[in-house]
Amino acid sequence: MLVLEREGLGRRIDEICARHGRNRSALLPILQELQEAQGWVSDFAMQEVARHLGIHPVEVYSVVTFYAFLNSERKGRFVLRLCRTISCDMRDKDRVARQLEQELGIAFGQTTADGRFTLEWTNCMGMCDQGPALMVNKQIFTQVSPQGVHTILEACRRIYGLYPERSEDDALVSAGALQVAVESQEAHA
Amino acid sequence: MSLKDHSSILFRESRPDEGLRKAVGMKRVDIITAVRESGLKGRGGAGFPTGVKWNFAALAQDTVKYVVCNADEGEPGTFKDRVLLSEKADLVLEGMAIAGRAIGAREGIIYLRGEYDFMRRHLEQVIASREAAHLLGESILGLDGFDFTVRVHMGAGAYVCGEETALIESLEGHRGEPRNRPPFPVNTGYLGHPTCVNNVETLALAARVIALGAEAFAKVGPASSTGTKLFSVSGDCARPGVYEFPMGISIEDLLREVGGEEAKAVQVGGASGTCVPRKAFTRRLAFDDASTGGSIIVFGPGRDMLRVARNFMEFFDEESCGQCTPCRSGNRVLLEGIGKLEQGCCSLSHLQELQALGETMQLASKCGLGQSSPNAFLSIVEHFKDEILARQGA
Repeated sequence: MLVLEREGLGRRIDEICARHGRNRSALLPILQELQEAQGWVSDFAMQEVARHLGIHPVEVYSVVTFYAFLNSERKGRFVLRLCRTISCDMRDKDRVARQLEQELGIAFGQTTADGRFTLEWTNCMGMCDQGPALMVNKQIFTQVSPQGVHTILEACRRIYGLYPERSEDDALVSAGALQVAVESQEAHA
Repeated sequence: MSLKDHSSILFRESRPDEGLRKAVGMKRVDIITAVRESGLKGRGGAGFPTGVKWNFAALAQDTVKYVVCNADEGEPGTFKDRVLLSEKADLVLEGMAIAGRAIGAREGIIYLRGEYDFMRRHLEQVIASREAAHLLGESILGLDGFDFTVRVHMGAGAYVCGEETALIESLEGHRGEPRNRPPFPVNTGYLGHPTCVNNVETLALAARVIALGAEAFAKVGPASSTGTKLFSVSGDCARPGVYEFPMGISIEDLLREVGGEEAKAVQVGGASGTCVPRKAFTRRLAFDDASTGGSIIVFGPGRDMLRVARNFMEFFDEESCGQCTPCRSGNRVLLEGIGKLEQGCCSLSHLQELQALGETMQLASKCGLGQSSPNAFLSIVEHFKDEILARQGA
């Protein structure tokens, strides 16, 4: 990591910790905000957060590795999580899974070489009446068909053209904009 | 939205904040008595009497107490809280404020599962508008000393955090590993202070109990399980969605309503619940019979029950927090056993060993996750042994 980048991240962590309060209860909100902005929580970030909260870095590491939505490894710009639990399974999630693998050329658990997409399984996300459900960053899509997979990925690629990097308000970018992009794709189809 | 309106308590037309307005004029002890006499039990699945829990929290000696709304709805097949929070957030917050007044808490926290991040903004807007209307904040409805604020805390993708002590660990910034009980959260909870953790639906119903009166509420449903229940119905049925029915409805009646008459089995209570075969569809959905936090998954005639069992065991193998051995290793061994059954190379004696292991896990696991994770496996093996063993030698 470049010294400049490191300094920038250090300042940002200082600012995030100041806002949430430098106490243990603030750890998850702090890490969630870092995850959002960076797409992962690096070793350096964990050490910095630990320093600000006055705890050992391994405490932070133990928390990051416990929760599915916090990552200690770099992920793609878009993290695609397909629900594999029973109700979505009964609605043919396997076909959606195959289509995702074919469109992206990767298997579950992998990230595309260009760093745009990570493909993962997730457990029940409470959309059981509208499966199969697919979460793209924080946006949830329901009743996803194999054809719909293509539409969603194309929308992601268009968003990527506009916002290649994660930003402070990535939820806004990836969620709101993604929904709009998918709808406009469907309108053209 | 997927809500099917058979309204009787939660979704009937009602004056907004009727319960809160009444609660302001009531003594704290009378609020708790009303909730206790209503017979309301926790809607997350465990079924602990809400009035008793509130009473414990109210009696605990501390100047700082908390009300936590458990919106970490992670049980497979459950999505009622998603619907309740998106359509009736005001009612849930009303219930939280009433709970706050009853137990003497000034702070409330909604622990919202990470997957429901899309609802966060909506919830924060509802909180802000209620503060502006003096339904939250300081001196609620003009009552001096009735202060109660609510904030939203996001989960980060861990099923076990629905367990109340794991949830508190998570709130405190730790791994979501359940604590030993006792001490119970009503005495020693968030940051060591008395904490009342209630399910979303429980809090909404508590608000309705105060509005309608304990007697009117207790008249609905059987004596052991009063009131109505939200059911999240998914799987092989014509009309999946969220339904409100009186407690005690039979499985066959429910299946008729949702268009699932053909079912060969129903999973009641999600992955941690039990699988009920067709011949037992006269069973009632109530705390003293087939108990559920709301999850109803319908399996049609063509479903492979071993695939269902595998799906549930994969879920638990992944979601076990790994803290205690029966759960961490037991779920893995049961999953491997399912692999053997699939290959048709599981002897009956090995299957019996797996069943004995499941029973050990029910007894020896530290928290509800490990105690209930073998349920689905055990009930599927019990009721569908023919189907499962038929693969042997295949």
